[in-house]
Amino acid sequence: MGADELVINMGPQHPSTHGVLRVKLKLDGERVIGSECIIGYLHRGVEKIAENRTYQQFAPYVDRMDYVAAVSSGLGYCEAIEKLLLAEAPPRARVIRTILTELQRIASHLLWLGTHALDIGALTPLFYCFREREEILKIFEKYCGARLTTHAFRIGGLQYEAYDTFEKDVERFCKDFESRIAEYEDLLTQNRIWIGRTKGVGILTAAAAIAFGVTGPVLRASGVKWDIRKAAPYAAYDQYKFEIPVGTTGDTYDRYLVRMEEMRQSRLICLQAIENIPTGPIMAKVGKVLKPPPGEVYHAIEAPKGEIGYYVVSDGTVMPYRVHIRPPSFINLQAFDRMVRGHLVADVVAIIGTIDIVLGEVDR
Amino acid sequence: MNSIIQTTIEFLKAFWAPLLSGVAIVAILPLIVGYIVLVERKLMADMQARLGPMRVGPHGLLQPIADAVKLLIKEDIIPDNADKLVFWLAPVVSVGAALLSLAGLAIGPAFQIAQDINIGILFVVGVSALGIFGIVLGGWASNSHYSLMGALRSSAQLVSYETAAGMALVSALLFAGTLNIKSIVEAQSNEGIWFVMLAPVAFFTYLVASIAETNRAPFDLPEAESELVAGYMTEFSGFRWSLYFLAEYANMIVVASVATTLFLGGWLRPFAKVHELAGFHLLNFLDFVPLLLMVVIGVYCVQRAPKQPTRVQQMFMLAVAGLCFVLGLVLLAPVVVPVAKPFYAGIHGGFWFILKVSLYIYFFMWLRFTIPRYRFDQLMRLGWHFLIPLSIVNVLLVGVALIAGSYFNLKGWGLLLVTTPAAIMALIVALLILAADRERGARQDQAAASDSYAG
Repeated sequence: MGADELVINMGPQHPSTHGVLRVKLKLDGERVIGSECIIGYLHRGVEKIAENRTYQQFAPYVDRMDYVAAVSSGLGYCEAIEKLLLAEAPPRARVIRTILTELQRIASHLLWLGTHALDIGALTPLFYCFREREEILKIFEKYCGARLTTHAFRIGGLQYEAYDTFEKDVERFCKDFESRIAEYEDLLTQNRIWIGRTKGVGILTAAAAIAFGVTGPVLRASGVKWDIRKAAPYAAYDQYKFEIPVGTTGDTYDRYLVRMEEMRQSRLICLQAIENIPTGPIMAKVGKVLKPPPGEVYHAIEAPKGEIGYYVVSDGTVMPYRVHIRPPSFINLQAFDRMVRGHLVADVVAIIGTIDIVLGEVDR
Repeated sequence: MNSIIQTTIEFLKAFWAPLLSGVAIVAILPLIVGYIVLVERKLMADMQARLGPMRVGPHGLLQPIADAVKLLIKEDIIPDNADKLVFWLAPVVSVGAALLSLAGLAIGPAFQIAQDINIGILFVVGVSALGIFGIVLGGWASNSHYSLMGALRSSAQLVSYETAAGMALVSALLFAGTLNIKSIVEAQSNEGIWFVMLAPVAFFTYLVASIAETNRAPFDLPEAESELVAGYMTEFSGFRWSLYFLAEYANMIVVASVATTLFLGGWLRPFAKVHELAGFHLLNFLDFVPLLLMVVIGVYCVQRAPKQPTRVQQMFMLAVAGLCFVLGLVLLAPVVVPVAKPFYAGIHGGFWFILKVSLYIYFFMWLRFTIPRYRFDQLMRLGWHFLIPLSIVNVLLVGVALIAGSYFNLKGWGLLLVTTPAAIMALIVALLILAADRERGARQDQAAASDSYAG
């Protein structure tokens, strides 16, 4: 370590490391010349737990990884096991799954927007975002009784039928939400300070993004049009029209714009979906005891933060032989060092915010 | 022994008023600051679609007292590796400077806080700048990286923006021709026009610089909670922390008072001259504004009183209403009762002064809730590349305008004929600086973009 280098520990207890991320920053004055992410403070051995639980018993555990987008994690797991069982959820279940997952995407992006803006010093958007997120959580609560770790889906379909005013609630939310997004954009999009703080900060080129295996909005903001909802449609996404927003430069401002547009697209998907929810059963006939045939499967879906994949190996018993999870936060975080080098301390928090990590998912 | 008592009595006889107001500042200011914080939290809550403090007292009116008690009885922690003496001294320096600079201010012609100093404004600005020592020493003494960075940022920021603020003050002082606080306001009274009209660019510069000097958002980098945890205050807790807090808000009052005195006509009523015109004048209704304001607040309190959940809270609300009505009557008396006429300047002066200071502080708060925080390099660029050149050019232009004004023998509102062109020219200069800066920034971005992939 040279005489003018300063090593500073950001976290694991720091207001803006979004949980228990610890970043060791090597600074030259205020400029970052190196960084190291130290993770594992929230490690619970989720993958090992999976080997000692039946397939159904493990489903609630995946909600505890990305606890701000539990519905998406749950969908990925349920669909992976369905693939393993060679079963398929009925159409009604698939549509309701789509609606809930898209609402979850909006909720997750709202939480990201609020905290990201707060990190950059804008206090107010946080409360506006939480106001709308609350509406979504209310819908979840009415649907399955839980707000965050919902365990909304079951392997083979849904446990609960949509409640009576479900469509109306979703529609009301979507109607209101359009003007609400405009409200956030009023505060930020054209704001000189916001642009100054985000434009050109944490640039990730398309080549670098692909090399790091980055997915989700972070990848799309770099200009790569890759979205599993379009590339390998699951649930009921093949039935709906929506755009995949992409950025150009891959800086923090682009990632902001991409996520804002994604919220709009999610809203459109929800509106299309509630128009025509098919009737019929909500649960496929998968049996009470799940014993998938021996074999392995990898299934990935587009979670709010990127590709969440489940690699499940079955040995024909009631418990999986091995479950490996590909968490988007963990993989996206790998690009962090590339993004912060040469920037200032203030940009570090902007970049942690823009990657949109949840430490429950990084550490598992 | 006798002689000592004698001297003491002599001393007290000569200086009883400044001593008394000194005690008053130290005793009352923390309370005022507490309530400014409450107002800030309430405003923030209002803008953020929530309620803010509601638990302690009706509408959280006793929250500041609860907060103060909590801070005072907290455990006093000094980090092991801290420089204990400096750690102990730093908050005291900070708060001492802030309180001392208040002494030079005047709230109305009758309420000179401590002493009528002939270099009043210089004293206030100079002493309040000493507060930075408290911040730098505190950051250094706590022996923590975050504190040190906060302290360094704070000192760099103060040095940069004090220059711009000083230049802005010079523009206004050119019109006043004096450093004495009372004379400055009298000069505005004589001219019949506030200096904010004559030197709008200087006012703008001072506004921005004063936000930076008091470390308020969007320039709150020394304590940026998302980057540096709490900046220089990271290791401070309890009473010491509250001293820093007190200093910050006292500084806000100081800069707001300086701006009010220099630019916003101090304790003068809007259209103050009209009052002296003979007979009834429509603009004299402004004399009733204080009363109206008090009555509105009082009526609101009475209305809300039945909705309070407990009896104590209802009574408290009614007491606040009563206080408002009494204050309203006090403010009305000098206007309608001939006997109270001599107190007009004092009472109404105090009201207008406090109103202007409050509006200035309100603007600070409003900014804080609305816009994000600058980055350190952007802050420095704004200071050195924009505000300082602009304020220097503005001083020059104001000087030229004043010479032209005296050449054409212009007075009062007539001075606008020369100062408005000066302001417009300053505005053009500002736009030119911005354009040049943007070009330079674009070029730097390109350079940075080609180089950041080197690693």
